Amino acid sequence: MSAGIDLENVCCDFGSFRAVDNANVSIEPGEFFSFLGPSGCGKTTILRMISGFIEPTQGAIKIGGRDMRGQRPNQRPTALIFQNLALFPLMPIWENISFGLEVRGVDKKTRRKKAEELLELVDLAGAADKMVSQLSGGQKQRVAIARALAVEPSVMLLDEPLSALDLKLRQHMRAELRTIQKRTGVTFIYITHDQGEALAMSDRVGVMSQGRIQQIAGPRDIYNAPINGFVAGFVGENNIFDGSIGAVADGIAAFDTPYGPLRARVLDKPQGQKLRLYVRPEHTISAAKKGTENSIPVTVSEVSFEGAFISVMTHSADGKVLTAEIRNDGSATVPDIGAKLFASFDAARAALLPDANVKG
Amino acid sequence: MNDLIRRYGVTITALMCLLVAFWLVMLVIVPNITLFEQSFRPYLPVVDVGGPKDVYSLGNYAKVFDGSIERSIFGYTYIIPVHVMTFGLTIWYSIVVTVACFALAYPLAFFMAKIANPKSLPTLLLLLFIPLWVSEVLRAFAWWIILAFKGPLNALLLALGTIDKPVRWIVDYDGVVIGLTYTYVLFMLFPIYNAIQSLDTNQIEAADDLGAPWWKIHWRIVLPHAKPGIASGCVMVFMLSAGSLLVPSILGSTTSQWFTQTIDQWFKDALDWNTASAYAFILLLLCTVFVSIALKVFNVKLSDIAK
Repeated sequence: MSAGIDLENVCCDFGSFRAVDNANVSIEPGEFFSFLGPSGCGKTTILRMISGFIEPTQGAIKIGGRDMRGQRPNQRPTALIFQNLALFPLMPIWENISFGLEVRGVDKKTRRKKAEELLELVDLAGAADKMVSQLSGGQKQRVAIARALAVEPSVMLLDEPLSALDLKLRQHMRAELRTIQKRTGVTFIYITHDQGEALAMSDRVGVMSQGRIQQIAGPRDIYNAPINGFVAGFVGENNIFDGSIGAVADGIAAFDTPYGPLRARVLDKPQGQKLRLYVRPEHTISAAKKGTENSIPVTVSEVSFEGAFISVMTHSADGKVLTAEIRNDGSATVPDIGAKLFASFDAARAALLPDANVKG
Repeated sequence: MNDLIRRYGVTITALMCLLVAFWLVMLVIVPNITLFEQSFRPYLPVVDVGGPKDVYSLGNYAKVFDGSIERSIFGYTYIIPVHVMTFGLTIWYSIVVTVACFALAYPLAFFMAKIANPKSLPTLLLLLFIPLWVSEVLRAFAWWIILAFKGPLNALLLALGTIDKPVRWIVDYDGVVIGLTYTYVLFMLFPIYNAIQSLDTNQIEAADDLGAPWWKIHWRIVLPHAKPGIASGCVMVFMLSAGSLLVPSILGSTTSQWFTQTIDQWFKDALDWNTASAYAFILLLLCTVFVSIALKVFNVKLSDIAK
């Protein structure tokens, strides 16, 4: 029932603008796959190409191994959930859900029964005869999911469906979507610009920038082992150092910076690209004692309490801002503003990365 | 009202209210009341006006039932008063014009609202509006020339080989229907265009994505959404067609008679303003009733149309 999707060298041009540049992805049947990126990165274009509203300029899109070129959206085994849901306001809920069956010529009684089953699946039993305008945001969301599931698609495509909901509901719907996906086993392709959403729900994430897929990996690898500066920056905070690379030994490279020699992991053999050192604030320690390596003298400029953690903003002698995060578990003392400390990090936790993979 | 005074001051507010009141009372209410009152009085020589013979009656209204003629349809022969028949035919051909306008306007409105490149839309609208810069009389005459037996339309169709001998276009009500459709199609186009434009394109795409063929998308999504616009366009085209005098006078044939022409003849030929007024009110009243019934049948509220 669920099908895999292969994007092979897919490009999409709008006039002279290349919206998607040479995308290659292989999505497994039953996988929850997210495309993550800022607006305008081409993720919605990819979704619209898979659903059939746009034809790729080059390359092939295969669903379940079948080339989809020339297939209209109504001929593809996909169901799209729109950002604004696009429910039909003039039909009651059950007709909304069974619309896909209605166009397939299913009789009214069967349709009604199917709609009620699906409403049960999305925890909305009893809403069949309501109108769309009578439902809350979260309920509309569920109706949209039920409507898409009604046609028994092999692939569900979701275009930022949670962006219109408030924070609490969004977090609840994340778990809900995940549950529905596991229960139905349908392949989900999820588009979002919210890295939290992508990391929390997906089996794998494809991070995009300027029409190119930067990295495809599981959520942990995306966060812990980003392959370039764009990915590192998009999924979390970083302290970044400019410098020049020195000798490499056991995957750890020496990195010469204005703040002294630092050491960090290096992924591949550096090929003359400009590299920067990235380290996450939660891997940066602010301590009174100088560490054995990667230690920079700093002054605390601001301490902000975030609840689960405490963010310590510091600056070096020449004004470079470095942020360290302390877990709010009482184990570490919170420094005072103006305190002279050392910001340190473990070489294994820091990485030398190139900038984003972009055109030209 | 207070808001208006605060914004524009007492003088301008008073002036605006007076102008609106003048327009409403002097140009709409008074003439209509005069005609209404007149319609119940007999047509008398000047010396008898206000005399004992000048009494109110429904006599003028009853005149539509005078002068029966024999007609037959599907081999069934019946007798019908000539003015009732004119009225019936006026309503019938107004419906034909309304349907024709809808058939032309809906696809164009959909194209303009959802398919056309927004950049080319101003040009498209300009092309639609240019004919309106020419007087209605001239446009009707232009069609009279186009439709003439030896006119350009027949010449074109003959040249294309579509027909092998010229067609008489201005025969029976054909010319009137063509002319009225042309004159009022824009009154159908714009309400439908506005209605379709307000439809979220995602809904069309969602229906498409769920597997709906194009006609199903129109039947279940676009048409229901555009219903108020369609209703408003239909009401306008129907009322304007039934009330048109110019086009039926110019593009009518020897066998066509529009009810407005009958009213016109009472006014100008018979100089019987009383009967003419009565006929005018019959037209107004029955058209209003007809439109109300049609709206009821199609389940459209008047307040939806006003939107």
